[in-house]
Amino acid sequence: METFLTYLQVFAVGGTICLIGQVIINTTKVTSARILVGYLLLGVVLETAGVYKYIRDFGKAGATVPIIGFGSNLARGAIDGALESGILGAVTGGIEAVAAGIAAVIFFAFIVGLVATPKTK
Amino acid sequence: MNEPNEAYLKLIKEKMPKSKHLLTMFRAFWTGGTICCIGQAFTDLYTFLFSELGEKDVAALTTITLIFITAVLTGFGIYDKIGAYAGAGSIVPITGFANSVVSPAVEHKREGVVFGLCANMFSVAGPVIVFGISSSVVVGLIVILFKGAFGG
Amino acid sequence: MKNHTVFFKSGVFIEDTATIVGPKEAEGPLGRYFDKSVSDDLLGQKSHEKAEIRLHISAIRYLLNKTGHKDGDVDLCISGDLLDEIVGASLTMREFDIPFMGVYNACATFAESLILASSLIDGGNFDRIICSTSSHFCTAERQYRFPLELGNQRTPLSQWTATGVGATMLNRVKGKIRIDCATIGRVVDYGVRDANDMGACMAPAARETLLSHFEGSSRDVDYYDMILTGDLGEAGSGLLRLLMEEKGVRLGEKYRDCGVLLFNRVAQDVGQGGSGAACSSSVFNGYVYKKMMCGELKRVLLIPTGALCSKTSTLQGETVPGIAHAVSFTV
Repeated sequence: METFLTYLQVFAVGGTICLIGQVIINTTKVTSARILVGYLLLGVVLETAGVYKYIRDFGKAGATVPIIGFGSNLARGAIDGALESGILGAVTGGIEAVAAGIAAVIFFAFIVGLVATPKTK
Repeated sequence: MNEPNEAYLKLIKEKMPKSKHLLTMFRAFWTGGTICCIGQAFTDLYTFLFSELGEKDVAALTTITLIFITAVLTGFGIYDKIGAYAGAGSIVPITGFANSVVSPAVEHKREGVVFGLCANMFSVAGPVIVFGISSSVVVGLIVILFKGAFGG
Repeated sequence: MKNHTVFFKSGVFIEDTATIVGPKEAEGPLGRYFDKSVSDDLLGQKSHEKAEIRLHISAIRYLLNKTGHKDGDVDLCISGDLLDEIVGASLTMREFDIPFMGVYNACATFAESLILASSLIDGGNFDRIICSTSSHFCTAERQYRFPLELGNQRTPLSQWTATGVGATMLNRVKGKIRIDCATIGRVVDYGVRDANDMGACMAPAARETLLSHFEGSSRDVDYYDMILTGDLGEAGSGLLRLLMEEKGVRLGEKYRDCGVLLFNRVAQDVGQGGSGAACSSSVFNGYVYKKMMCGELKRVLLIPTGALCSKTSTLQGETVPGIAHAVSFTV
């Protein structure tokens, strides 16, 4: 039962974040790149302001899987880095926190790019 | 002679077909929610399998898994079909970011590995990396300046 | 020249036509009117650009075989497509021993090439000219929009670039169908910024060309059996009807749009309909040509329409103007 409730929370938070994205797409005709950047920056701001951790505690993966969680990760990394190792940490903290994601995306894109061909729609 | 024709712009705003709000919102909601639940399932699985890993490592592993799945689906030409149905539901999650890196890589392979695949890999998602890393550096510097506020 | 309308008095005739289309177009309602279709739109090539060039070569080769002419019998080829620097038509023509002039007017290119060819033949120095245009969904999509595999939703206004080639052989003596006059359009900009909303970008240009054609030729809607725009799409055609009614002209049942005719709009999920340089050229050279040959249609006005933009111009905040040229055919 508890697990079910957790997944319901994940579903609701993740779904709502995407739903808001859809409303923005429908009303402003922005492209996916702008949506991604907008959400990312929102995540950075909310994390820096100390708000995002409440959303994360409630929504779990629902708050970390959307790109807004990627932004909050970046900000959290930069904050922790700055507090632990000063100016160098401030510069490297963000990218260190998302290093796994960026490395994975580049590596897999490279491999798939080599192997796959674009399909006709 | 070619001033914007306000009356015409108003006419097309009224007459041209619009996105179906409720339908697309519903689709974005349930697909986005489902992708997040899949992420949660991997998080739970990795926590169970590798009890020695910390929360951050499990999260990183989950991200890598989702990116891997997206890369494969994009390579097989499936992810864009999901995207056509889901809209923001498959753009906003990290999988959407992965798709926007993998798809230009696949598309531009024909212009060569170096100048096609590699050079164009971030032609769609580049701004995400640039804004993300730049803003994190700004945040880091703000923290240095106002250490007190962040508990340092 | 009155109202940008030119009459070709000494005679310009269609000797024959050729069309090749992709699988989706062949499955559409006009499928049986096209000469040839391919089942794989990559045609075994390494890229869709190479496939488009291959299609274009086969169409012209087929037209030459069909009419029994050799390369040397043709004085000129006026061709175009949508690829950067019209490289598709240019690379096509390296396969032929025919003089070549490349043209670009976006999706109105076919009309541009017909009008140029007709004027040259009418002028007396040219005997036989081939006009052709090609487009390919996969090449246009990546050039004007996004990578094919990107999971983006297409807006309800979007249109589907037709994959195919249409080629027309014109000469000064032989043929049942005659090009008797044409109206050259102006670039018309009403300030539309959404490059996906091509119908809205091009409808004002179509109206202006249509009105100056009626004025310049002293004809009206009743004169024609069919008035056919290039690729305004379903919503764009509705817009043109409205715009014409503003000026007191009812287009009525005779008005059709190539983009709407080419596909089963809903079943084939093509948004507002077909588009692309091959849209008007394949529908005209396939469907309309055959209807005119069997006498079902006697007077047809074809108005290919083009939206003038590039990825760069839209990113730099430019509006998307339209252009339309009208060509009149009679049996």
